[in-house]
Amino acid sequence: MKLKKILPQFLTLLFIVLIFGFFTMNAQENMDTRGIEFGFGFLKQEASFDIQFSLIDYDGSKSYARAYLVGLLNTLLVSAIGIVLCTILGVVIGVARLSPNYLINRTASFYIEFFRNIPLLLQIFFWYFAALRALPMPEDASLLLGTSYMTIKGLYTPAPIWNNFDVFLISLILSLIIIFFFNRYAKRKQEEAGIQYPKFLISLGIFIIIPALTFIFGGVDLSWSFPELKQLAKTSFTYEGGVGIPPELIALTLALTLYTATFIAENVRAGIQGIGKGQKEAAASIGLTPGQVLKLVIMPQALRIIIPPTTNQYLNLTKNSSLAAAIAYPDLVLVFAGTAMMQTGRAIEIVAITMATYLTISLSISVFMNWYNKSIAIKEK
Amino acid sequence: MFKYLKQLTSLVAMVAVLFTFTTETMAAKKSKTLKNTQKKGFVRCGVSQGLPGFSNADAAGNWTGVDVDVCRAVAAAVLGDASKVKYTPLSAKERFTALTSGEIDILSRNTTWTLSRDADIGLTFVGVNFYDGQGFMVRKSSGITSTSQFKNGISACTNIGTTTELNMRDFFNSKGISYTPVAFEKADEVVAAYDAGRCDTYTTDKSGLAAQRTKMSNPDEHIVLPETISKEPLGPVVRQGDSVWEDIVRWSLNTMIEAEEYGITSGNADMMKTSDNPAIKRLVGAEGEMGAAFGLDNDWNYRIITQVGNYGESYKRNIADTGILPDRGPNELWTKGGILYVPPSR
Repeated sequence: MKLKKILPQFLTLLFIVLIFGFFTMNAQENMDTRGIEFGFGFLKQEASFDIQFSLIDYDGSKSYARAYLVGLLNTLLVSAIGIVLCTILGVVIGVARLSPNYLINRTASFYIEFFRNIPLLLQIFFWYFAALRALPMPEDASLLLGTSYMTIKGLYTPAPIWNNFDVFLISLILSLIIIFFFNRYAKRKQEEAGIQYPKFLISLGIFIIIPALTFIFGGVDLSWSFPELKQLAKTSFTYEGGVGIPPELIALTLALTLYTATFIAENVRAGIQGIGKGQKEAAASIGLTPGQVLKLVIMPQALRIIIPPTTNQYLNLTKNSSLAAAIAYPDLVLVFAGTAMMQTGRAIEIVAITMATYLTISLSISVFMNWYNKSIAIKEK
Repeated sequence: MFKYLKQLTSLVAMVAVLFTFTTETMAAKKSKTLKNTQKKGFVRCGVSQGLPGFSNADAAGNWTGVDVDVCRAVAAAVLGDASKVKYTPLSAKERFTALTSGEIDILSRNTTWTLSRDADIGLTFVGVNFYDGQGFMVRKSSGITSTSQFKNGISACTNIGTTTELNMRDFFNSKGISYTPVAFEKADEVVAAYDAGRCDTYTTDKSGLAAQRTKMSNPDEHIVLPETISKEPLGPVVRQGDSVWEDIVRWSLNTMIEAEEYGITSGNADMMKTSDNPAIKRLVGAEGEMGAAFGLDNDWNYRIITQVGNYGESYKRNIADTGILPDRGPNELWTKGGILYVPPSR
């Protein structure tokens, strides 16, 4: 009888191993007959192609490994900005969807139905090419906020030039540590003695004052380099100095944010609606203000419903950022699984690395969100 | 009951897996690709996603171009019918993987022959069907007439995964000019972005520039600068490891070029069968056993010439008459001042 239990499992395992072995051997054999070798040595070779936009020092004389890092950081950049923005927008739209005001409520539903039902790639193309056509050439651009220019070649903003930036950074970290301990102290005081501090204001004060002091005593100094118009040819201009943010990044962020925010808005709405009406009424009856009801009663419970599906949306946003390749934003797929793969011909190695990278990013997000979800879960006593 | 069914299916699957192993290792010698092609009844050919003059599909899905004609020539030689080709449009990024993985058997997609591609990644280049070089396109209104007028800060649109990206870097570095590369995956997006004004210049092979210019909203507003910054010999590619198939593709192309040299056209090939010149007779299958070495019949080259035409006819039909590059430049026969020179068919 025991055999009857084990045999199917054993056969399944054997089957999986055989399938895997078959694919590996098949690939090996085909690569042999076609004279392709497997190996990661190419990562050290000179990449010899340039990349439009990079967060770290890079040019074509650097290695493929460095190009990989450039692509990875660009992917992380667009994902991080997208996640922050779509969360803010999603919460706003989600709450607006529940507004008793007919106009606000209808506008929010229209927004959600419109943006989530159009394929993302189409939206990316739309924002990119529509924006390209609509934006002015550099020489016609008007000043934005007194310092920046929005042009077809990108957004040019002033660049900060720091003196003793490391001192400033250390002070920032220091202030965060102080805030952490202050909050722990305030919580204990409230639990033990019922004393309430204005926690938010004091934290904000610490966060501003300590870094500000470094400007006076730490020798920290900040100046700005402003973008200036430069003529390249008779009708061809660009900006020099300052930071140039490529239109590809702007279009991609915009499309990813607008698209993903629709799903998050629905999660938020579901979360809030999932809390029984009685909760709200009970909270109000003990004299809590509407703000306190939302902050202390509704949200802590709603978050438990909102977070798991929102984690999925964060993962989707990160994976969808690979559509960047279509509009020349140099993300991991375009730089590494695109140009680098073509120049080296190492399809199997590069696809494997790229897959492993996305898997790692996704799992990290997932692990963090699960931890957060656990930390806010109601602790059953 | 279901449990046993499950066991049974996994057992069957296992046996199937083992069986494929054994048949795989007993695979036929000689040219697997030729055998497969004749069995399927069509040639699997990888082409571009639409480059006028080289490989471009019309509204009805009919492919034309000089790159397409190489595949048609092979189909005429191997299958007896130039129309028996299955085209797979590929991006620059996909093309080599499609070939090495066996999805296609010929890659005829304006692909530059370089050492690393030939030696490193399991490919074999069989010849050159177009001598090209990388150039730059700019807007006429910019007043730029030469690359020497390029200045620091210029932005250049191009395709990823091509030699273009590498040449561009070499060129700007040697001139000491800082530039912004804007690299897209597909040519259509490159054209659209450049056309909208995202970049100051658009760089790719000059033939490509000439062809893409016809797609712009107003072609007359753009000019191709005279400088050529690289050598780009474009030609068909096959997988490494099937030398018979490699020879068939190489000599199909050579036949087209040599036919032009001897003045054999699709129109007069029949008459040429009775020519006094043995070199001509060999090219139309009237003398020698020119097909036997490939495992083909003796009329293989005659079919190429009658069904596809010689190289000059193909060039005229696809590139000159369409206004892309009326002047043949280096792609003229060696006897007429160009550099087209192929080994003799004998």
